[in-house]
Amino acid sequence: MRKFKEFIIEKLILLSGLTSIFFVVLIFLFLLKEGLSVFQIVTPCDFLFGKSWYPISEPAQLGILPLMMGSLIITLGATIISVPIGVACAVYIAEVAPSRIKEILKAGIELLAAIPSVVLGFIGMMTLVPWIKNVFHLPTGLTALSGSVMLAFMAMPTIVSIAEDALYSVPKSYKEGALALGATHWQTIYRIIVPAASSGILAAVMLGIGRVIGETMAVMMITGNAAVIPTSILQPVRTLTATIAAEMGEAVVGSEHYFALFAIGIVLFIISFIINVTSDLFLHRERK
Amino acid sequence: MVNPVKNIKSDDVCNRNVPEKVSHGIKIDIHNLNIWFAENHALKNVSMQVFSHEILCAIGPANSGKTSFLRTINRLNSVLPNFKTTGAIVLDGQDITKMDVELLRKKVGMVFAMPSPLPLSVFDNVAYGARMSGIKNRNKLNAVVERSLQQAYLWQEIKDRLNESAFKLSGGQQQRLCIARTLAVEPDVILFDEPCSGLDPISTTKVEEAMLKLKESYTIILVTNNVKQAARVGNRTAFFLNGELIELDRTEKLFTAPSDQRTDGYIRGKFG
Repeated sequence: MRKFKEFIIEKLILLSGLTSIFFVVLIFLFLLKEGLSVFQIVTPCDFLFGKSWYPISEPAQLGILPLMMGSLIITLGATIISVPIGVACAVYIAEVAPSRIKEILKAGIELLAAIPSVVLGFIGMMTLVPWIKNVFHLPTGLTALSGSVMLAFMAMPTIVSIAEDALYSVPKSYKEGALALGATHWQTIYRIIVPAASSGILAAVMLGIGRVIGETMAVMMITGNAAVIPTSILQPVRTLTATIAAEMGEAVVGSEHYFALFAIGIVLFIISFIINVTSDLFLHRERK
Repeated sequence: MVNPVKNIKSDDVCNRNVPEKVSHGIKIDIHNLNIWFAENHALKNVSMQVFSHEILCAIGPANSGKTSFLRTINRLNSVLPNFKTTGAIVLDGQDITKMDVELLRKKVGMVFAMPSPLPLSVFDNVAYGARMSGIKNRNKLNAVVERSLQQAYLWQEIKDRLNESAFKLSGGQQQRLCIARTLAVEPDVILFDEPCSGLDPISTTKVEEAMLKLKESYTIILVTNNVKQAARVGNRTAFFLNGELIELDRTEKLFTAPSDQRTDGYIRGKFG
């Protein structure tokens, strides 16, 4: 009887494991089937590097370069803002802060992670967007910069918590060894602890970037959604994700527009896949 | 309970018999040292003196406070939260709590129980301390690294492997690398915290040889779990039990005719 129970439980667990893989494969196949159809209309090269996105004009122009540039500039901006602050925050929490402040900060970071992106987008629209408009004397505050700033807030919790874990798992002997040689606390941190945790910190940064690229709601609300190749961070841009979210409702099923949106999905899938694999490599390197 | 002050006095008497080389003068003077980790009273009213150019061994069972004692001398315990201490440790006439802590740790080097090389190359490990004190000149660094490795009896074995990662060395080599790293800072005192607990007998012998040689230029405090090691290398030996200093005497005396029966019991292996 007991053996039979074991058998059932084992098979159930196996089934649950297989289910997740099964669905991933299904999703991927569906994405491929719908997305690849677009290449009957445009060549992959024209699709990826075409400079204009006018999906409902006659004939449709389906170049996603402006969208990719939009995603790229926002990701770059968000990374530049969030990585230094996030890593510095992790160092402070892991190495410097007294335990009380540490607890408060960690709770704060978790809270930041809990804010829904639509709320962040809404707050950004009401506060940051008018401010940027006034400061830079722009016709509109819905710019790549606004998107970058809000997305930096979203990437921060990921970066801080994973980088803090990495710093925390640096063996105590490194720290004591350096201190015992007469290194100051700061010398120990930047010469020993941070380099020893570097692969974990890189993984944290990669996962933060992954979060930014995949984000949709907030960017759609505050970046202006103009599908043109941006020349400055103070211009409205449109990202890959926002394009799918905004246009899927209007696209006629089976139209070239519809297929193009799925192809964008494939591009996004590949980008986040590459980012996740890279960060995984970094994490594994650290464990070794 | 043995009165620690009385202990020191009896020790002074004993020291008349100690060879000249050992009793050069007082290097570290410790008065009524108490330490607490939160509520745990880890060291109780310890007073003792450490002489220049001696190897002072500290023995005792686990949790007897000997490692805490060692880590108080270079103020490494002060990094921990909830650490409290009273009493005084005077190094060369100067209260260590009034010294700059980085300077203190340069004067009082430490070698840990487990070999703990930094995640750097062999060369960079040894050069770490020198670089920190601002030496950038490559020739000078080379000289410091070679001298330190030679003093730690490691140069011959690894002079061709200086650019390899320190983790590729064997355990015994890593431990001697840690000794070399400490020597490169040119300390006065070296604290050894059970340096051979993770090593095989041959590596242990090599580390002990290094210590005996180093005694000529440095003052050494050696915490060890291995009573025989204390007998082999110690000029004087201190026996700790439950945070108290039970007895401190010349090693031969302590091992042949201890004054306290608890010492006798520990040495004979009745407990601990």
